[in-house]
Amino acid sequence: MKFIDEFRNPQLAETLVRRIHAVAKRPIQIMEVCGTHTVSIFRYGIRDLLPPQISLLSGPGCPVCVTPNADIDFAIALAREKDVILATFGDMMRVPGSRSSLQKEKAQGADTRIVYSPLDALRIAAKHPRQKVVFLAIGFETTSPGISVALLRAKEESLRNVFFLNCQKRVPPALRALLSAGRVRIDGFLLPGHVSAILGVGPYRFVAEQFGRPGVITGFEPLDVLQGIWMLVKQIEECRCEIEIQYRRVVRPEGNPLAMRKISEVFEEDDTSWRGFGLIPGSGYRFRDGFEGMDARNLSVVVEPSIEHPGCRCGEVLQGIVSPPQCPLFRKVCNPENPLGPCMVSVEGTCAAYFKYGNGGRGLGSLNPEDPEA
Amino acid sequence: MCLGIPAKVIERGPRLAKVELGGVFREISLDLCPEAVVGDYVLVHAGFAIERLSEEDAKETLELLRQMAEMA
Repeated sequence: MKFIDEFRNPQLAETLVRRIHAVAKRPIQIMEVCGTHTVSIFRYGIRDLLPPQISLLSGPGCPVCVTPNADIDFAIALAREKDVILATFGDMMRVPGSRSSLQKEKAQGADTRIVYSPLDALRIAAKHPRQKVVFLAIGFETTSPGISVALLRAKEESLRNVFFLNCQKRVPPALRALLSAGRVRIDGFLLPGHVSAILGVGPYRFVAEQFGRPGVITGFEPLDVLQGIWMLVKQIEECRCEIEIQYRRVVRPEGNPLAMRKISEVFEEDDTSWRGFGLIPGSGYRFRDGFEGMDARNLSVVVEPSIEHPGCRCGEVLQGIVSPPQCPLFRKVCNPENPLGPCMVSVEGTCAAYFKYGNGGRGLGSLNPEDPEA
Repeated sequence: MCLGIPAKVIERGPRLAKVELGGVFREISLDLCPEAVVGDYVLVHAGFAIERLSEEDAKETLELLRQMAEMA
């Protein structure tokens, strides 16, 4: 059992597609919250397999995409400091802030390094004791436990020169904000598989109990996505409203309680700002007492006022209000070579997925001026 | 960002493990998954094992789908 190939079996996929067609009667709009689901759905051509009455909407589950310009501008301001090494996950490098990006700053001489793990930031700090190492801490609940472990380790090891720029976010409050705003019709949710490996089922119960929408915690291989959609459509057709787990080989109903405790040791819940949504109560974290010495926001640096690109509709894309082709900048101005907003830059960004995979897999974008699609 | 990859635990120490991911070996932290043993598959994200994969649940899921295929 290798846990990947078996979940790409075409015969079993065909069975699930037939079952979905058999059970789907009424028009249903499903929001797939997680950026990795957006990519899986495109990569495996799942939209084309579904009956026309089922539509899939992308949501705000891309932590790179929902990071506001102000946070990117702060990271850039820190990166410009001579005594700072800025450590970040790879896909933040090209995300445009108000005027620049970390990649552009690196080209101008800033010491900006891509790391795979927050623990790498500690290794860099230990090697460069006279530099301040700032880690750009972006992620949802999949990543927050690891970030918390790194901070606990830094404290254990008395590392005085490591700082974390906390931009972490929590998924359930964003779902609450989406449902409360009611700007978009959502009949049910495909819930993020790996965030849920940490959270379990409990933090989503309000979606069913208070808002009357079912949810299915779903994995990322083709059979997972198809089975998740089937389970969700079945619930809706049978007028059930529960939070179910499709991704049982990874997600336990109680999640990973140890991982949740690590987060609570370092952070308390706090209000935080999401691109497109503004401030969402309880949707982020602040450092607990004893850890404020590692809070990069306490570092003194001059940050220029933040501005959003006029015409960029990433905020509405993230709420499922518009799809990328409805943004006036999509393809014509904004593309992977010249991204204007984070949804085009991130590997899990909705706009990037539409550009690369849309239009039956042929992509909706082309940089060749001769191409009729361009 | 949800990217998590199943990897097999080849060796383990008190806090770190050597895992195999598609032919490549990596060192990862077991701080979030301390009960993992050699031979287990774990889900790796940003240098951490965040959960053990359940072979039993994987087999049950596949068996359910096979039964659905036979009924069709």
